[in-house]
Amino acid sequence: MKRKQKKLLIRIGISAALFIAAVIISETLDVKIWLSLAMFFLPYFISGYDVILSALRNIVRGQIFDENFLMCIATVGAFAIGEYPEAVFVMLFYQIGELFQSIAVGKSRRSISALMDIKPDQARVLRNGQEITVSPDEVGIGEAVIVRAGEKIPLDGTVISGTSELNCMALTGESAPKYIEKGMTVTGGCINLSGILKIEVSSKYEDSTVSRILELVENAASVKSKTDKLITRFARYYTPFVVISAFLLVLIPTLITGDFADWLGRALVFLVISCPCALVISVPLSYFGGIGAASKKGILVKGALYLEALAEAETVVFDKTGTLTKGVFEVSEVKCFDNEEKLFAVAAALEANSNHPVAKAVYEYSSSKACVNPKLSEITENAGYGVVGLLEGKKYFAGNIRLLNEFKIKTEEIKSDLAVVYVGSEDGLIGYFVVKDELKDSSREAIKALKSLGISQTVMLSGDREECVSEIAKKLSLDKAVGELMPDSKIAELEKIICGARKGKKVVYVGDGINDAPVISRADVGISMGALGSDAAIEAADVVLMDDNPQKVAEAIGLAKKTKRIVIENIVFALGVKLAFMVLGAMNIAGLWLAVFADVGVSVIAILNAMRTLKQ
Amino acid sequence: MKYVFRMEDLECAHCAAKMEREISKLDGVISVNVSFLAQKMTLECDEENKPDIFSKAKAICKRIEPDCVLVER
Repeated sequence: MKRKQKKLLIRIGISAALFIAAVIISETLDVKIWLSLAMFFLPYFISGYDVILSALRNIVRGQIFDENFLMCIATVGAFAIGEYPEAVFVMLFYQIGELFQSIAVGKSRRSISALMDIKPDQARVLRNGQEITVSPDEVGIGEAVIVRAGEKIPLDGTVISGTSELNCMALTGESAPKYIEKGMTVTGGCINLSGILKIEVSSKYEDSTVSRILELVENAASVKSKTDKLITRFARYYTPFVVISAFLLVLIPTLITGDFADWLGRALVFLVISCPCALVISVPLSYFGGIGAASKKGILVKGALYLEALAEAETVVFDKTGTLTKGVFEVSEVKCFDNEEKLFAVAAALEANSNHPVAKAVYEYSSSKACVNPKLSEITENAGYGVVGLLEGKKYFAGNIRLLNEFKIKTEEIKSDLAVVYVGSEDGLIGYFVVKDELKDSSREAIKALKSLGISQTVMLSGDREECVSEIAKKLSLDKAVGELMPDSKIAELEKIICGARKGKKVVYVGDGINDAPVISRADVGISMGALGSDAAIEAADVVLMDDNPQKVAEAIGLAKKTKRIVIENIVFALGVKLAFMVLGAMNIAGLWLAVFADVGVSVIAILNAMRTLKQ
Repeated sequence: MKYVFRMEDLECAHCAAKMEREISKLDGVISVNVSFLAQKMTLECDEENKPDIFSKAKAICKRIEPDCVLVER
């Protein structure tokens, strides 16, 4: 507890004791009215002097409708109509509520920062053969750091020596330890479980994964949800509305019946419940908690706005390669119609010029088999087709069926869900390679989980052949799959889906961010996965998944839905109780005791409910 | 250029919203965001009027929540 909170607690304690004493004395002894007033005024003042002071200060500054001011009118009004114990109780309870609120908010602020406890405090750097402990931001690129068992890896880098297992729970939410050996890259923030690791640092602290994640989470608090903005606007009108109603409730009946004290008593109930605090705090607190809970699972949400939008998701669009499939390509079958030597040599020479993952797989396979290295000239790569080059005056190619058609070579098309690379020349086909990219083990489960969350449409967009794409779609039971898309036509396809979405419903796009950053940023909610390495993907996405498990998408949507439900519960509950008390108060059923109890109680319950989002 | 302030002892969510509204109305302020939960204010403003805007913003926060202290970082 902070000093300020302790002080308030002591004041509440003293005031409560004096209040109880005053109640007992005035009940048992027949005290004079002025003595009784003094007896009750003392605990009132002790518990509420700061409220009175800030109310006075705010009146001077022209800020009426301030919660302090309203509390003062309500309590002074109660004193005026002779309800002394009520006056003290209202003030006392109001302060208890304030204290509780500040403790609860402080607690959730702390627990969210505890969730993000990935910041390394120190690094043991090797300098001139000596191990020196410094702050991580003092370590330069290329320096070697030592990490002992139980310590946090301070910075991103490559293992120079040592083997170990890492716990990356705080970063990815993955609890299974990760085996690490020489030559592998590691990210800062993971905990070394065994063995001593020597790591060559590959980035400065400010560019490291950890500091990028922390920055992202920190900035997330600034992007407010629509509900939050709506409630803030509502609060601006709510308080004046309640106060004016209270005023009218005194004025009109008094003019008719003349019973001023009775109606004033009823109106005071209005003032006590006029503070919209419960709502104003609980909405952002819920979203903040939701974002915190998500980051614990390795799902970084860039702001409440996106968590809110995720809850409205109707369609989830996936990229294929690297998102639903492993993105690791391997040649699984080779067919040769000609000289095998020639096939491998031409394939290796051509595919060496392409960065496409399929081409790379073919290159790697054939270059290990090829004995000669023919020099081709005028090599050009056509994105979406393949590579073409000139050898001894003849055009050679390596590419997909589209390229084959361009050369007007007829062949029996291979029906499979795998990518096929045809290699040939103007004279005809030399052979082909079948390249497989396995589905991730978790993809099926991910699609199933999305369905059970009420996502009505799952779509896959890919640059691959139509047959290949529809085969995968069948395996995963996707609703729709579109293949043979060029990078720019992916955006057009996504736009078509967005246009077709029902009003208020959102379209989510999930990609690995390697070449689809523009598509990610076009979607209502763009998710990039396993994107720790790619700045462009982190920049473009609204949600960043720390690992590449598509099930995290379903987890994120589930979390968003639960957060939204909690927010709605709070709004309905808080407004419902307040409305009920206005009615009961006006009918003189609920007195001040109950009203303040309800007001503070609503705040407390709403905050406790909001904090549930943290524990998802 | 965006400036970030830490807001110490910002205790009232309602006040944070009020601060944000009033500061956003100041001349030269391009955007302002007060986050009650992060206890942080992000202010984007004209460079030439920076000192003036900063002192006005601080005055607004002081008026709305007297205990709240703004620390630039």
